[in-house]
Amino acid sequence: MSDRITGLIVSVLALAFFAGASQLEMPFFADPLGPKAFPMLIASVAFVAGCVMVLRPDAEPEWPSLATFSRLLIAVLVLVLYAHGLKPLGFLLPTAIAAGAISYQIRPTFRAATLTGVCLSFGLFIIFKYGLGLSLFALPRWLMG
Amino acid sequence: MDLLANLALGFSVALTPTTLALALAGCVLGTIIGALPGLGPSNGVAILIPLSFSFGLDATQALVLMTSVYYGAMYGGRISSILLNIPGDEPAMMTTLDGYPMAKQGRAGDALVLSGVASFVGALLATIGLMLLAPVLARVAFMFGPAEYFALYLLAFCTLGGIGSANQAKAAIAVCLGLGIAMIGVDSSTGMTRFTGGSLHLFDGIDFLVAIVGLFAVAEVFVFIESHGRDSAIGVTLEKIRIPIKEILATRLTMLRATLIGFIAGLLPGAGASLGSFLAYMMEKSSARDKSGFGKGDPRGIAAPEAGNNAAAGGALVPMLTLGVPGSGTTAVLLALLMTLNITPGPLLFTERPEVVWGLIASLLIANFVLLILNVPLVKLFSRILQVPAAILLPGVTMVSFVGIYSLSGSYFDLLLMIGFGVLGYVLRKLSIPAVPVILGILLGGHMEVSLRRAMVLSDGDWTYLFNSPIAIGLWIAAVIGCIAPLFLRSYLKAPKAHKDDA
Repeated sequence: MSDRITGLIVSVLALAFFAGASQLEMPFFADPLGPKAFPMLIASVAFVAGCVMVLRPDAEPEWPSLATFSRLLIAVLVLVLYAHGLKPLGFLLPTAIAAGAISYQIRPTFRAATLTGVCLSFGLFIIFKYGLGLSLFALPRWLMG
Repeated sequence: MDLLANLALGFSVALTPTTLALALAGCVLGTIIGALPGLGPSNGVAILIPLSFSFGLDATQALVLMTSVYYGAMYGGRISSILLNIPGDEPAMMTTLDGYPMAKQGRAGDALVLSGVASFVGALLATIGLMLLAPVLARVAFMFGPAEYFALYLLAFCTLGGIGSANQAKAAIAVCLGLGIAMIGVDSSTGMTRFTGGSLHLFDGIDFLVAIVGLFAVAEVFVFIESHGRDSAIGVTLEKIRIPIKEILATRLTMLRATLIGFIAGLLPGAGASLGSFLAYMMEKSSARDKSGFGKGDPRGIAAPEAGNNAAAGGALVPMLTLGVPGSGTTAVLLALLMTLNITPGPLLFTERPEVVWGLIASLLIANFVLLILNVPLVKLFSRILQVPAAILLPGVTMVSFVGIYSLSGSYFDLLLMIGFGVLGYVLRKLSIPAVPVILGILLGGHMEVSLRRAMVLSDGDWTYLFNSPIAIGLWIAAVIGCIAPLFLRSYLKAPKAHKDDA
């Protein structure tokens, strides 16, 4: 079933991509093919492959349980927040929290995860800042003045 | 002697203290990366690329560092195969078949030394092969016009999809996904923006490093979260290391045969090291008179795949350097490195930047000897690395990926994009859609389109121009065979079952 749904999604996306490509305006001085042809070619191949997937699906993959799925979701959320927090909050705090949270998702013991987060944060900061010379800020800039 | 002059140039570059230190560091890092289960060579090289830029290395130095990591990872991959029955990277899978049973018999040390020597033989001979063959192929590549390049790219996608994947439709989807992503951004020949949805962030297209790190490294983290980090306990204990001279001598012909097969497999664009080790093992097994030992710790079953995969690793560099078409996932990542360094691989690289090519080759020759030392006498040290728990390793990998990408662009948008690619990589893995063709598509999509359009400009829109030279026709035929043949061969090419623990 997963394969059929994926195949369907791929086919629909391919059609959308094809449509998007065909909307591109041909510039006045274009080469014989222009910017449309290759994307349309790709879309056609993808459409056929998607249809094949709908018609001849493989065995169903083993999807994670609801609990595992929520752990994955938390991990993604943590990473997204980390991406937003890295600049305004400095390196140390967000990295410690994010690394700890990811560690906790892999092995849920609170103490080990906290320790991992803090150690990784400080260790990597030292390596990046002083070993590789990256310009990183340890703390939020408003604290540094 | 052209070759000797070139080699002298190469060694003059390679023997400078910085380059030598980088090769050494690359070997150590590579062996560690290879040994860690779940951090294969492509992941390892991918997360290190952004860092090597921020380190301010020049082209030769960056290339030497990364290729040493690549070679090192190929050596190191066997360590976890043998000790844990988990391949450290994909090509090391065949080594689990006989390596782990041998280790279970209390001969883990012998298995590690034997496979280390086999790796050395394969990698050294393949580097020599690279040295001899690459300049020749570079001369042939001068005859390639846009039509030939288009056919060559097609061949790479076809062999990669045909051989590297169990389902051609899924491989085709992966390729199209990559090519489609490559289309995003400003069209180089007309200056129009395509598929950006009006987002300014996408005008420059999607940086392939972001995609690579996301698809490989971040996706791996999600896979580990799902698997709970199990499978990371050490399987067998390692006794004192001694050198099993008898078995090394007994398998010398095996190693040579496997090297040849592996090297040829590596040369095929899109095939790579996994195919090399697979073919080497299967050939050795089918040609052996007494097959009963295979799968139970036969020394030939350890020597063949290791020599094969390391030879393929060297072989895969040949098409990457001469034609700009990578032969495997990791060489695709190396190609990304070259492209970011503004080096165009291809025949011109050999004539215009000989110090890069020959410096690289000389460094690889040196790296092989360093790796032999790291992987035979010092192997015990590296086997300790396997005890690093996933709950520490994977968060570390994530943070290194983030800082690496962040240091490249300093934009949170690229980080979000990377997370997106990580999720995509995880879903693709679940659906057994291969990720390597996606990467190859992103890397080569622009070139493929440009060569097609140039061919059409030259011929004024006549499609038959694509088949107008013997080289082009040969490549088209090879592409069709590469795509279709595996359909029929699949029943013969079944991988043997891995050793199961009874306890």
